Amino acid sequence: MKNIKHHPDTSTLMSYAAGGLTEPLGAVVAAHLDLCRHCMDELHIMELIGSTLLERIDPTPVSEHAKTDCSSHHHRRAGTAHPEHPSSKQHSVLHKIIGGRLDDIQWKRLGYGLWHHPIALSPNCKGDLRLLKVAPGLAMPAHSHGGAELTQIIHGRYTDEFGSYSPGDLSDLGDDVEHRPVSDPIEGCICLIASDRRARFKDLLPRLLQPLTGF
Amino acid sequence: MVSAQSGTGSHPRHAPAKANIIPMAHLLQRVAEDRDKQAFAELFENFAPRIKAYMIRQGADPTTAEELAQETLLTVWRKAALYSETKGSATTWIFTIARNLRIDRLRREVPWQALPEGHHEEAADDPAPDEAVSERERRERVHAVLAELPADQHEVVILSFIDGLSHSEIAEHLDIPLGTVKSRMRLAYQKIRESVEDLR
Repeated sequence: MKNIKHHPDTSTLMSYAAGGLTEPLGAVVAAHLDLCRHCMDELHIMELIGSTLLERIDPTPVSEHAKTDCSSHHHRRAGTAHPEHPSSKQHSVLHKIIGGRLDDIQWKRLGYGLWHHPIALSPNCKGDLRLLKVAPGLAMPAHSHGGAELTQIIHGRYTDEFGSYSPGDLSDLGDDVEHRPVSDPIEGCICLIASDRRARFKDLLPRLLQPLTGF
Repeated sequence: MVSAQSGTGSHPRHAPAKANIIPMAHLLQRVAEDRDKQAFAELFENFAPRIKAYMIRQGADPTTAEELAQETLLTVWRKAALYSETKGSATTWIFTIARNLRIDRLRREVPWQALPEGHHEEAADDPAPDEAVSERERRERVHAVLAELPADQHEVVILSFIDGLSHSEIAEHLDIPLGTVKSRMRLAYQKIRESVEDLR
């Protein structure tokens, strides 16, 4: 996808390449990479770091039976199973993350002009991943994220102090940067939001709904 | 934890000559195209002990680390045809398999990192000779830059890629602010990227 203006921070991509991002943050970066050739090229260079280090690590001897095991295993398979061949890309990464089509999402209403759809994570996994749908022209109160948080725009648009975010753009704000997003007056906005902290969204919600509910 | 400096390329004697003599991509190609068991045995010989060491650094006990090394190589056997579609280096491809397996098995999370499967490439043909050369050149330059990095940048890169720590864990481990970890990562990457710029 062309015209992507907002990308993950270099340090975020580095952590992703090393396998160091938590599942929800990794999912959002993967959704971005699926659309962003520029970041994919950067990622491949970063993966060279991992492979160069792997090549030069002090090896730990592997037992003889592991070797025999491994070769008998694949010999056994070799007779029957065919090797996997490249398949044409069937679904977008987003489709895999949300487990279906965006149009089929059953949205849960949070308050006036705000809906969400939480996405299940692995049982032991820390953090939070969800789709958020914002009605057209809705202004969110100023808030910071107080931790790692990534937002990928899926549909529509929003604007804040840092610019305008359209489909494919990823917002990777620093820990304590405050912003006041306003959704597009016509299309509103749907985004995929990940946080490292499980309770993050619950903490933030009352503040997001503040001017609407009056407390 | 093992010292962040050990097991890396700062001492040439640790760099296995073998890895440089046998072109891993050729072995992988033979596995992909001919299901060549001898080529697979050589790949196993070279990579299994390294992946085992990697998994131990990532926190696996030796038995689990060995199982994960076996599983990585079995995945290589199974998916070799997918590799042949890419133009990347064989070692990088194997690194991504090991990395994902570690997320899946040691952290029990979904690895959203895709294995390079060549779908970005226009043609599925074998790498042209000049591409193979530039790939080797890229790897050598990355190695050279890594070896020359200032100690504080080198340290965070190793803790992240080899010891499997998140950036906040690195900050805690080194008792430095998270922002410092991130800026060291950015600086390290900037140098690596510059070194391969003309080969892209």
